[in-house]
Amino acid sequence: MSTSNPLVLDRPAVAVADRPSRATVRFLRSELRLVFRRRRNLAMLAVLAAAPVLLGVIVRLTSPAAGEGPPLLNQVTQNGFFLGLASLVFASPLFLPMVMAVVSGDSVAGEASSGTLRNLLVVPTGRTRLLLVKYAGVAAYALACIAVIVVSGLITGWLLFPAGDVVLLSGAPVSLVEALGRATLVTVYMAVMLATLGAIGLFFSTLTEVPMGAMAATVTVAVVSQILDAIPQIEVIHEYLHPHWWLAFMDLLREPMLFDNVRTGLLVSAAYIAVFGSLAWARLTTKDVTS
Amino acid sequence: MTTVVSRPTTTFPTAPSRTDAVLRTEGLTKQFPGGQVAVDGLNLAVPPGAVFGFLGPNGSGKTTTIRMLLGLITPTEGSFELLGRPMPDAAAQVLPHVGALIEGPAFYPYLSGRDNLLRLDAADRTVGGRAARQRVDEALDRVGLAAAATKRYRAYSLGMRQRLGLAAALLRPRELLVLDEPTNGLDPQGTREVRAIIRDVGAGGTTVFLSSHLLTEVEQVCSHVGVMNHGRLIFSGELGELRRAAGTRVRVDTSRPAAAAAVLHQRGTGEPDIRANGVVADLEEADSEQLVEALVIAGVPVRQFIVEQPDLEDVFVELTGEGFDVDQ
Repeated sequence: MSTSNPLVLDRPAVAVADRPSRATVRFLRSELRLVFRRRRNLAMLAVLAAAPVLLGVIVRLTSPAAGEGPPLLNQVTQNGFFLGLASLVFASPLFLPMVMAVVSGDSVAGEASSGTLRNLLVVPTGRTRLLLVKYAGVAAYALACIAVIVVSGLITGWLLFPAGDVVLLSGAPVSLVEALGRATLVTVYMAVMLATLGAIGLFFSTLTEVPMGAMAATVTVAVVSQILDAIPQIEVIHEYLHPHWWLAFMDLLREPMLFDNVRTGLLVSAAYIAVFGSLAWARLTTKDVTS
Repeated sequence: MTTVVSRPTTTFPTAPSRTDAVLRTEGLTKQFPGGQVAVDGLNLAVPPGAVFGFLGPNGSGKTTTIRMLLGLITPTEGSFELLGRPMPDAAAQVLPHVGALIEGPAFYPYLSGRDNLLRLDAADRTVGGRAARQRVDEALDRVGLAAAATKRYRAYSLGMRQRLGLAAALLRPRELLVLDEPTNGLDPQGTREVRAIIRDVGAGGTTVFLSSHLLTEVEQVCSHVGVMNHGRLIFSGELGELRRAAGTRVRVDTSRPAAAAAVLHQRGTGEPDIRANGVVADLEEADSEQLVEALVIAGVPVRQFIVEQPDLEDVFVELTGEGFDVDQ
């Protein structure tokens, strides 16, 4: 390095640069490693995996009569296939939102509180790029949450209950392969729903240096939305509330599949992600990082 | 038939603004939303190869300045350049050549030292992933952390943490190193080690911008110094200039003070202060060696001739009219 001429940038920096896409893949891998090797996050996934086991054992021991109990629970005793999907219904009001709030609320605020945000920014990482990679990590974790429940549910279900051809909610039997395809669709749909909450959490996470604050705000949004969704007097706003569409995944378990609600759910999700993603971007790209 | 095609502008302009400073600020100002003016009209220029001491008491605006220089905080007024490029526009091109340690080390407590550096390396889009492990291990080795590479950051001592921060700043060859209080909280042994690393880096040709509230540190390590007080730069120049600004004095112990005073004054010192057993005067433009010669020729008996260098604390008191918060 020359000391007399500090204008090193006359040399093209691309000489040492990776292709941009490969560099971003490398950063994304680093982010995924950070998310999926953190013990807290792994512990939460383990708890999610335990939920279908708990539910399966309870159903097995109590065997509710046909026609009773919440949706999908009846089907579990007919075919273990439904255990994971029934667990999603149980986990979606509070458990999944809480786990998502922890990871998304921590995403930027956690880096800010530990001071690692300033290190990343002076690398330089680029604030927009950092936000995109952070959200990719959150979305990947959302997918992992749902997949863990569904897979754990399938395994536990077939250990505790009958297997074989699956009779769907509409009463039509389908092959096992087709049923697994449906389970995959449900997983993707629910992952998008959860990642939508993650976008809200990401936004809160850019507002503060206190991860707990962002997590609490995210859980609050999820819970308040569900409470509003349960009040019939304000039905007019229900379709704008995000949790209103979560259980639309059950339409994917009918023959033929009903896509109306699923489509609307995905559109509402896209709108939420666009709005909160933009807010997060506007905030992170302009804020003074003093932590 | 020829067609004249205007050449497209390149991504890397071949004629950057002509400036010989590695770091230059013009009227850099930061007023926080609360109304507090942390940095007020800062004009700085750091020449290439300098080890620049950025000196000032806690709360004088040093860290805010550094955060502005690195693009973490947006200035409310003024402009600045790094490596001859306007910032923050050129941040993506410039910052890879700038290593930084800001306000103490900050890492993921649940990752090892090596994994922490690999994380930072992965965030850098201007280097390839293949040599990442080698870069990281060399940086760890350079600061003496090779043996603790796999230990979790949580288990590091304060000295090891500070050194990991330095390793992050040295992950790749840099043109400029910005270090914010790099010896804060270290024991004397750790302080010596960190200063040795800084000197080593400076000797390698890297320009170092070192903020400190320790006078001794700046005196030991730096070639240039800027002094901050209440958000304003009250002095900037070479270390020697700073000492001269405060006035080097000569003291002559003699049995004939009046005669000595006459000789000194004639040779261009400041107004001599005649005391019982000698005389004291500001050296100013006079040459101390010629003063000795002149005294001897004039037949003034000299018991002792002392050139007194003021230390930086005296200088600071001189510049600000107030004391300095000194840790050591």
